[in-house]
Amino acid sequence: MKHLVKRGKGSAGRLFPVRRGTGFGLLLLALCLLVWIPLLVMTAAALMPEDELYWRYGSPLGLGQTPVRAALLPDYPSPEALAELLLRSPGFFVMFWNSCIQVLPVVLGQLLVGAPAAWAFARFRFPGRRALFACYVVLMVLPFQVTQVSGYLVLDRLGLLDSHLALVLPGIWASLPVFIMERSFAAVPKELLEAARLDGAGEWRIFLHVGLPLGYPGIVTALLLSFMEGWNSLEQPVTYLKDRTLWPLSLYLPDIAADKGAVAFAAALVTCLLPVLLYLNFQEELEQGAASSGSRE
Amino acid sequence: MGKQAGLIRRRLTPWLFLAPSLVGTVVFYGLPFLDVGKRSFQDAMGTRFAGLHNYRAVVDNEAFRLAAANTVRFLAICMPLLMLVSFVTASLLAAGAELKRKRADRSRGDRDTGIYGLFRTTLVLPMAVPAASMVLVWKIFLCPDGVLNQWLCGITGETWQVDWAFSRWAFPILVMTYLWRHVGYDMVLWLAGLQSIHGELYEAARMDGAGVLARLWYITLPELRGTFVIVAVLSVVNAFRVYREAYLLAGSYPDASIYLLPHLFAHWFLNLDIGKMTAAAVLLTGTLGLLAVLGIGICRFRANMAGKGGRRP
Repeated sequence: MKHLVKRGKGSAGRLFPVRRGTGFGLLLLALCLLVWIPLLVMTAAALMPEDELYWRYGSPLGLGQTPVRAALLPDYPSPEALAELLLRSPGFFVMFWNSCIQVLPVVLGQLLVGAPAAWAFARFRFPGRRALFACYVVLMVLPFQVTQVSGYLVLDRLGLLDSHLALVLPGIWASLPVFIMERSFAAVPKELLEAARLDGAGEWRIFLHVGLPLGYPGIVTALLLSFMEGWNSLEQPVTYLKDRTLWPLSLYLPDIAADKGAVAFAAALVTCLLPVLLYLNFQEELEQGAASSGSRE
Repeated sequence: MGKQAGLIRRRLTPWLFLAPSLVGTVVFYGLPFLDVGKRSFQDAMGTRFAGLHNYRAVVDNEAFRLAAANTVRFLAICMPLLMLVSFVTASLLAAGAELKRKRADRSRGDRDTGIYGLFRTTLVLPMAVPAASMVLVWKIFLCPDGVLNQWLCGITGETWQVDWAFSRWAFPILVMTYLWRHVGYDMVLWLAGLQSIHGELYEAARMDGAGVLARLWYITLPELRGTFVIVAVLSVVNAFRVYREAYLLAGSYPDASIYLLPHLFAHWFLNLDIGKMTAAAVLLTGTLGLLAVLGIGICRFRANMAGKGGRRP
């Protein structure tokens, strides 16, 4: 399947033909340090025992005015905080599952609902297509706050406030994934579809057996971005969930720093594990999805 | 008869594909949006027509002007900066990887691993890290007793006790967190675009004596127009999401320089100031829609020009 994604072979660097790459490497290394250092600081803090943590980070945790003593590695590494968080913090556990319940159905729903819509936009020419797609794009760009009041009223009328569905249902119909999948479907070579049609395949069969496999990187990209967006959500749960037992992880973290400083960094680390692992797992699809997204019609 | 049925079925097919998405979009976004439009012309109770009263109240509102100006400023600074930084990073990565491939055994295939693969993985990583996870780390650097102040103290020899996230430096800090999070994916998009340009174009240009800048201007940038549009759109989408970082770092009442439209909306929502909220929402949507139309127009105009110039088949 990969060979169908058209690429100019190995031409990427021809813009700046360079002989020695040391300078480039160093510059990139410096940029990478900007990523590594904060993440290492977080990981190190997550693995510190309580007294070391308070000694180093009392001030950012709101426990007095001691100078910060930042470290990339803990002096006395200990799984104490992680164990405390995972084994003896039922609140964290509940919120972790809340996050899962609020995000996974969204991702699944986007696959079922968004992918066919994206296929329609990419593969059919019908009256109103451009205008409709423009509507989707505008909806995608609009910040959440624009329809906050009315969305609230709609969910209220449907009796969905203060339930997981209040986040799941609007999430499923977010238009960003449709936009990304459309780019990916549009990059599927026309000849393949013609061939399938000549073989007598119906439109749904073509979608299922040609569109989905070839658009796979774009679909994975869209769903991955949705997952991260949902895992990171803040405005929606604050607005739609008054009941704090339904709150997702992203709202737990700001609270926990004040509440239970000892496990704050451990909670931060555990929270990013799932999206980070998903990213590392689907990195290749993300890059292939990007390859098709820039193509023009 | 059969022919006609076939025609109808063919006309209907795209709508069948679209239907599930359309229904939900109308219910959860379309109708609420129309409702916003309606309410923006009504009084607070939603019973009487109030003309442009709400709009006047919004435009006259001090906080709205501040938030709108800040949001425009944020977009105007962040979008070009993000696109530039991610493009330069992508170019560096592409050039480096190319160099490495040239040196290494060519038969190893297209996907470059090794140090440049690691760089690429690293730079995209921040996208996956939730904002809430990073806030405490940023505080380690930015709080009054934090690392940044200690560094400055070491350099200048004076005592520094600035609470950066709450100072007038909050704006550049917000810009930095936005870049930190979003450079990676945009870089991947640019990289994919760069890789799709055929090497022969560059070779031919170099034969004709075109320098780096000429190649950049006449080959790279025109070929990357599709990528440019995507990156620009995603930059705007993500710019409004920066509210999360601003909120988590500096709370509901941040420094005036990072008081953005979402902050204002959040306050209005708490006060149930529905008239102002809806009117401002309509204004914002109108502005964004206008920008979108302008953007599409410019793109199409440029594409037409390019077509007439005969550069593109």
